[in-house]
Amino acid sequence: MNSLSMIEAAYSRELPSFNSGDTIKVHMKVKEGDKERIQVFQGVVISRRGSGTRESFTVRKVTYGVGVERIIPFCSPLIDKIEVVKLGRVRRAKLYYLRDKKGKDAKIREKDNFVKK
Amino acid sequence: MREGILGRKIGMTQIFMEDGRMVPVTVVEAGPCSVVQVKNRERDGYVAAQIAFGAYKNDNKVNKPMAGHFKSAGVKPGKHLVEIPAGEFKVGDEINATIFEAGKLVAVTGKSIGKGFQGVMKRHNFSGGPDTHGSMFNRAPGSIGQCSQPSRVFKNLGMPGRMGGERVTVRKVEVVGVKAEQNLILLKGGVPGPKGGILFIGKDDK
Repeated sequence: MNSLSMIEAAYSRELPSFNSGDTIKVHMKVKEGDKERIQVFQGVVISRRGSGTRESFTVRKVTYGVGVERIIPFCSPLIDKIEVVKLGRVRRAKLYYLRDKKGKDAKIREKDNFVKK
Repeated sequence: MREGILGRKIGMTQIFMEDGRMVPVTVVEAGPCSVVQVKNRERDGYVAAQIAFGAYKNDNKVNKPMAGHFKSAGVKPGKHLVEIPAGEFKVGDEINATIFEAGKLVAVTGKSIGKGFQGVMKRHNFSGGPDTHGSMFNRAPGSIGQCSQPSRVFKNLGMPGRMGGERVTVRKVEVVGVKAEQNLILLKGGVPGPKGGILFIGKDDK
């Protein structure tokens, strides 16, 4: 098993800690032709699943009234960086109920003790 | 048997390509294998190199005939021996993972995981019957033939029995990466056999 964890270790990275309910900005590398640029995807983390290199998280945002979700592997080399914008106070780990909510119902209460880094 | 190397399956994981694609890989400890014997046309009637893989924990475990075989070759005893059809080797040569490179296709031979005694649905992909509505014909094989003509069951008819634990070759397996320092190669997707199983990884140039 040592050789396996060694191979996986090459893909582990230092990302800020965040949880379901938090609002984050994910800076994704986007390749267009041979040019590479950074695209920011800001939204609410509605789930985190898996562990190790298999861990991934889902970010949801609503653009022009259309809900958009991105499932991003934690170890993806396409992540440039992640910023935590807001910490949310939620009572469950998977926030799939947000998909059926609109406007004010879809708002998440902020944690009081949030200190921006 | 093609030109290749013996290895041990370590397990599966996933890696990321530079463009962000996630690739499932099997990690195989491939080699190093030492050439124990070279067979030639004059003496043996065919050309081959016998290679050994897998060190014994304690070299005293090698039985005497085999110990002599390894001693005369001057190589460390290996648990697993296989012949590859290649004449350009000399006794004592070492073959390691560097014979493969990323992007090349290989054929992997191993012993599949034993499934024990299995019915026809799992073993031969029979469709079985309906599970409900009082069917009473759930996973049974059904009719196995005709009546007085031919008065026998045809050969090779799919029946329940032992499944798995047989030699399986998977062709056109892509090599994703080679880590020569650790003697590891990464193969895309799965390969036959359990973790720790012995594999023969041959070139698949056909």
